[in-house]
Amino acid sequence: MSTTTTRGVAQPAPAQASKPRPRRGLRASSTFNFWLFTGPFLIGLIIFVFVPIGWSVWLSFFEARFTVTPSEFVGFENYRQVLTDEDFLNSLVTFTVFAAFIVPATWAMSLGLALLVNRLRFMRAFFRSVFFLPTAVSYVAASLIWKMSLFNGVRFGLANTVIGWFGVDNIAWLASPDPPWYWLVIVTVRLWLQSGFFMILFLAALQNIPRELYEAASIDGAKPGWQTFRHITLPQLRATSTAVILLLLIAAYQAFDEFYNLLTKATWGQPPLVELYKMALGENQNYGAGSAGAVVLTVLICVVTLLQGKIMGFGRGEESK
Amino acid sequence: MTITAPDIDKAAKPVKVKRGGVIGNTGLYIATGIAALLFLIPFYLIVRNALMTDPEITGEEWKWFPTAIQWGNITEPFNDVTVDFARSLWNSVVVAVLHTAGILLICSMAGYGLARIPYRHANKVFYAVLVTLMVPTAVTFVPSFVLVSSLGWVDSYRGLIIPGLFSGFTCFLFRQYFLGFPKELEEAARVDGLGYWGAYWRVVVPNSLNFFAAIATITFINGWNAFLWPLVIGQDPSAWTVQVALSSYMTNQTVNYHLIFMATAISILPLIFVFLFLQRWLVQGIAQTGIKG
Repeated sequence: MSTTTTRGVAQPAPAQASKPRPRRGLRASSTFNFWLFTGPFLIGLIIFVFVPIGWSVWLSFFEARFTVTPSEFVGFENYRQVLTDEDFLNSLVTFTVFAAFIVPATWAMSLGLALLVNRLRFMRAFFRSVFFLPTAVSYVAASLIWKMSLFNGVRFGLANTVIGWFGVDNIAWLASPDPPWYWLVIVTVRLWLQSGFFMILFLAALQNIPRELYEAASIDGAKPGWQTFRHITLPQLRATSTAVILLLLIAAYQAFDEFYNLLTKATWGQPPLVELYKMALGENQNYGAGSAGAVVLTVLICVVTLLQGKIMGFGRGEESK
Repeated sequence: MTITAPDIDKAAKPVKVKRGGVIGNTGLYIATGIAALLFLIPFYLIVRNALMTDPEITGEEWKWFPTAIQWGNITEPFNDVTVDFARSLWNSVVVAVLHTAGILLICSMAGYGLARIPYRHANKVFYAVLVTLMVPTAVTFVPSFVLVSSLGWVDSYRGLIIPGLFSGFTCFLFRQYFLGFPKELEEAARVDGLGYWGAYWRVVVPNSLNFFAAIATITFINGWNAFLWPLVIGQDPSAWTVQVALSSYMTNQTVNYHLIFMATAISILPLIFVFLFLQRWLVQGIAQTGIKG
């Protein structure tokens, strides 16, 4: 545990006046060193992050199909096109519904797993590893298992085999939007893949809760179980919960892999990134509209993130500790 | 968002509460056990399907075990003519390794510079990095593709690797870490006559290997599992990574179940190894950073 050792090594009295003696040329040398260290990163950041963003904004005002050299200035036409495109608007609805399902579900599941694992007295490392293991699996591989073996529309999929034991007919899980069984498939893939990761965060937070709090509560007559959970554990996890929810929301916004792979031929349940992919790299290769869509999406994400930060008081929980 | 990392393995014993005894404990283990089984089923299905024949997989009767384990299936993805699986595996190895090495080098240096080297405009630079955290990288794939294709980097390792190296997030994590690094160690190095550069490589980095290992593990997993960008860049099958190859199996006309699942198993195996060997750092790193790339 080097982080703890390195931290442990040096906790002497706050080093007063330990600033290096002012020397001639020191300022110049630290300026040089600053750029030596951060320069490569910043150059890359400008070229591969800032330039694409700027380019995107610029392209979004032009007609640009099949080519990245824009031909004609069209003003807000691309935006109008994107914002009246039914598929794109539907994708925003899809995202909202998806987030409304997956964020609370993953929050509850990862917290539940953390509570379970945290109570174990032996084999704790084993169970933690089991729940954490799916983190190693890609969305593509997981989609493959879900689509071809778990939720296959015919009998040999595990889900249909199991419901068959109870005399229920096969369900075509992914093949139709009504009833929306595909939703179950989409949500369970992500639950399986990401719960273990967030469980680790909750485990870490659970172990940071001072035991005295529980002792005090038990002296005050709080019944262990729901009462302690409600009045001690949950409030103590506030900062972590906020961070987890924010991360889950951002991750949900970026959903692409499992939708692309599970609903390849479907026209329903497409999230924004899949629509953008189709728009810019599909048959029409409409970079102008694709860029406008990217701008709209970026603005939306920023607004949602900021709002959520405001509502949940992101960061406040930690500072007030 | 930094969360101090307790050592989860040696964590304090669960709080003793007046409760349960043998029955409560058994219930706890039964619940955990059932959850664990559910989590393991998908892994089991990969292995089962990979080692079965197609008629057995798609047969009338569900079989938990193959009647005869088909070890011969192991070579099948490599003999498949429609997808060059070996090539895609190799591409993934190259991309994930260089991606990880590059990110560690570039982002750690930048994080150190931002955390430790006094410079008048350091704050402005830091804000510029923070701004990029607000813009999700997945959204910029359209303009990034436009840029990379105009550089002529489509279907190349450069295109697959370089744009992903400048992660504002990893830089931010390194900065936070270096802010907590004991100054005294570096000052000792400075007294001994080392400049920033020397102190960084000879004192700071060697004393931060655990943190580097944690970030490396997370970065490697993300690099190996990345899909959207490799899909965009890999227009030609020769530039496919293993994830793109797997995805292409799903849209193929003919479905060859045992081959697909064997390929999936092979694609997951390296990560399971990384996972089992480096889990300590991985857990620690996640608990510390709270973030997946």
